[in-house]
Amino acid sequence: MLPIGHYLFLSMALFILGVIGVITRRNVIVVLMSIELILNAVNINLVAFSRLYGDVAGQVFALFIIADAAAEAAVGLGIIIAFFRNRETVLADEMDLLKW
Amino acid sequence: MQAATQATIDFLKLYWAPLLCGVVIVAVLPLIAGYIVLVERKLMADMQARLGPMRVGPHGLLQPIADAVKLLIKEDIIPDDADKMVFWLAPVFSVGAALLAIGGLAFGPAFQIGVNLNIGILFVVGISALGIFGIVLGGWASNSHYSLMGALRSSAQLVSYETAGGMALVSGLLLAGTLNIKSIVEAQATQGVWFGFLAPVAFFTYLVASIAETNRAPFDLPEAESELVAGYMTEFSGFRWSLYFLAEYTNMIVVASVATTLFLGGWLRPFAGIRWLNFLDFVPPLLMIGIGCYCVLRMPRQPSRVQQIFMLAVAGLCFVAALVLAGPVLLPFVKPLMAARVKPFYAGIHGGFWFIFKVSAYLYFFMWLRFTIPRYRFDQLMRLGWHFLIPLSIINVLVVGLALIVGSYFNLQGWALLLATTPAAILALVAALVILSMEQKSQAREETSSVTDFYAG
Amino acid sequence: MLDKVIFYFFAAIAVSSAALMVTRRNAVHSAIFLITTLLATAGIFLQLRAEFIFIVQIILYVGGIMVLFIFVIMLVNLDVALHQIKFARQKWVALVVVLALAAQVGVMFWTTGEMPGQGFPVLAAAPANRLPAGNAEAVAKSLFGTYLLPFEIASVLLLVAMIGAVVMAKKRA
Repeated sequence: MLPIGHYLFLSMALFILGVIGVITRRNVIVVLMSIELILNAVNINLVAFSRLYGDVAGQVFALFIIADAAAEAAVGLGIIIAFFRNRETVLADEMDLLKW
Repeated sequence: MQAATQATIDFLKLYWAPLLCGVVIVAVLPLIAGYIVLVERKLMADMQARLGPMRVGPHGLLQPIADAVKLLIKEDIIPDDADKMVFWLAPVFSVGAALLAIGGLAFGPAFQIGVNLNIGILFVVGISALGIFGIVLGGWASNSHYSLMGALRSSAQLVSYETAGGMALVSGLLLAGTLNIKSIVEAQATQGVWFGFLAPVAFFTYLVASIAETNRAPFDLPEAESELVAGYMTEFSGFRWSLYFLAEYTNMIVVASVATTLFLGGWLRPFAGIRWLNFLDFVPPLLMIGIGCYCVLRMPRQPSRVQQIFMLAVAGLCFVAALVLAGPVLLPFVKPLMAARVKPFYAGIHGGFWFIFKVSAYLYFFMWLRFTIPRYRFDQLMRLGWHFLIPLSIINVLVVGLALIVGSYFNLQGWALLLATTPAAILALVAALVILSMEQKSQAREETSSVTDFYAG
Repeated sequence: MLDKVIFYFFAAIAVSSAALMVTRRNAVHSAIFLITTLLATAGIFLQLRAEFIFIVQIILYVGGIMVLFIFVIMLVNLDVALHQIKFARQKWVALVVVLALAAQVGVMFWTTGEMPGQGFPVLAAAPANRLPAGNAEAVAKSLFGTYLLPFEIASVLLLVAMIGAVVMAKKRA
C-alpha cells in the first residue's frame, strides 16, 4: 500500500471535481452524476483508511454508502422524470416555480 | 531506470502464465466462437431434416473462416448523425466485458485462466453484467428508432433476469459456502453430490435466466430478424457486428461455465466420490474410440475422395485423443511406480474433458431450445421474469437456507442432504406458482373492471 | 513498484475522466466518463486489497446505477439542451468558492507536514499477512455480526426507495 497521503489526495481531487459539477452545471442529471462522484471520493477515503488500520469496518461503511447512493439515485431520477413530464425541461435555471 | 526494468522483469517472471493465457484467449476465442456458430448451424439443419453448410471445406468446416474473412473485408458504414465516439465505443464495451469475464474461470484443477480469485464467481457474473452498456450505448449511438427501442428492450430484459439469476446463484453458493471457483468444485467433491441435485430449483432458474441474459431464443425478441430488424445491432456492419456477435457467443460460454462450476460439478466426473464407480474413468477414452470407429464406418459412404480422407483424419484425431485420455488411467496398471507422478496430469486432462463435455451439453440445450420453442412477446417475457422467476429465486434462497439448518441439525451429509432440500424445492415451487396465480387473478380482475368502465362511458 | 504503477494508472484515469465528465455538453458523454471514473475507482479498491468492495462497486454502481442514469438520459430527450450553454450563470462565483475549498484542504495538508502523508502520525499500513484471509469472508462476518442492525435498516431503506421511485415515475391513470 502507498502512503495514505496519496489516497487522500486522489479523494480530495475527485471531491473537488464533484463539487464543481454540482454547483456549476445547469443540467440536473449531470448534477446528480456529480453527487455520485462525491460519494465515490468518500468511499476511496474510507477504504484507504480501512486498509491502513486493518479494520474491515471502513469497507462495511463504504458498502452502506454504495447502497444508499443507489437508493438516492433511483429516487432522484424518479423526481426528474416526474418533473420532466410536467415542465419538459431538465435545466436547473428553468426550474423556478417557487421563485417569487 | 534500472529499478524499473528490474521490476518489469520480476513482474513478468511472476505473472507470465496469466498474461499468456490472456493473449491466447483473445487470439483463440473468436475462432472457437466461430466454430460454435458452425455447430449451431449444423444442429439447426439436423433438427430441420437438412444438411447445413457443406460447401466450404469438407462438411462445411471452413465456413467460419469464410464468414470471418467476409465480415472483415466488408465496408464500414457509420450512420450520418451517429455519435462517432460512442458508435466506436459500444462494441468495445460488449467484447471487453465478455472476454474479461472469461479470465475469471477455471477449466480444471490446474487450468485456471487468470488468477484464482477469492471472489471468483461474483467477478465473472459482475463483469459480464457490464456488457449491458455495449447494448444500450450501441442502440443510442445508431441514431435510429428501431435500434434505440431494441436496445432499451434488450437491456430491460437483461437487468430483470440478472436479478433472478443472481439470486439463483446465491442459493447455490449457500450450499458451497465460498465464492472461490476451485473451492466450490472441491466442496462438491467432498460432499460427493453436485449442487444441481441439491438445489434443482436454483439450477432451473439459472438456466432460464442465462438464456435471457444472453439474448437467446426464446427470449431473443430484441434481436430477432423478423421483429426489430436485429434491434441494437442494426446499424453495425462488418467488423463491428462481428464484435457484437463474438460478445454474444462468449457470453454463452461464460454462463455455461458458471452453471457448470456451481451446479454441475465443474471438472468432476459423475459420482466422483464413490470408489466402486471408478470404472467411469474409462468413459472419456471409450467415447473417443466410439466416435473414431463411427467415422471409420461412415467413410465408405462419403461421396468424394477428399471427404473420405477427411473422415479418416477425424477418426485418427479421435484415436489420438482417446490415447491421451486413456494413458493416465491405464498407467497405474502397467507401471505402478509412474502412477504417482502422473496423477496430477490425470486429474487435469480428465477434468478438462468433463468440463468441456458439460459446457457443451449446456450449450446443446441452449441451441435445442432455440430451434424448438417460439419466441416470447416482450410483455410476456417481463412478466415471466418479474412475477415468476424473481419471487421463485428469493423464496428458494430462504428455503435452501432452512434446509441447510435442518440438515446440519440432523447431521445430513452429501446425498442424504437431498432429504432436506427436496421438500424445500417443492415448497419454493408451490409458493411461486401461488404468487403467479394470485397475480394473474388480480390482473384478470383489473382487465374486466376496466372493460366495464369503458362501456359505462 | 507494481502497487505504485497500478495506483497511478487508475488515479490518472479517475481524475481525468472526472474532469471530462463535469465539462461535457452531451449528457450521454458525461455518463460514459462517469462509468470510466467508477471503473477506475473500483481499480483503486482492488489495489487496496478490498476485493469485495471492488466487485460490489462494479455490480451495483456501474452495472446498476449507471444503467439507470443512461435509461433516464435517453428517456428525457436532450436534443434541446445540446444547443444551449452548459454552465449556470453563477459559474465564476462557484469557481471561487471551490478554489477556497481546495485551498482550505491544501492548507490542512501543508500544516501537518511538507507533503501529503508525511505529517500524519507514522502508521505502518497493516501488513498484507495481517489482513483476514478472505476479504469477502471478513466483510460478511462484520456485516452480519457487528453491523446487523444497519444492514437491516439499509434493506428497509432500499425497499422504501424502490416503492417511491415506482410511484413517482408511474403515469397517472
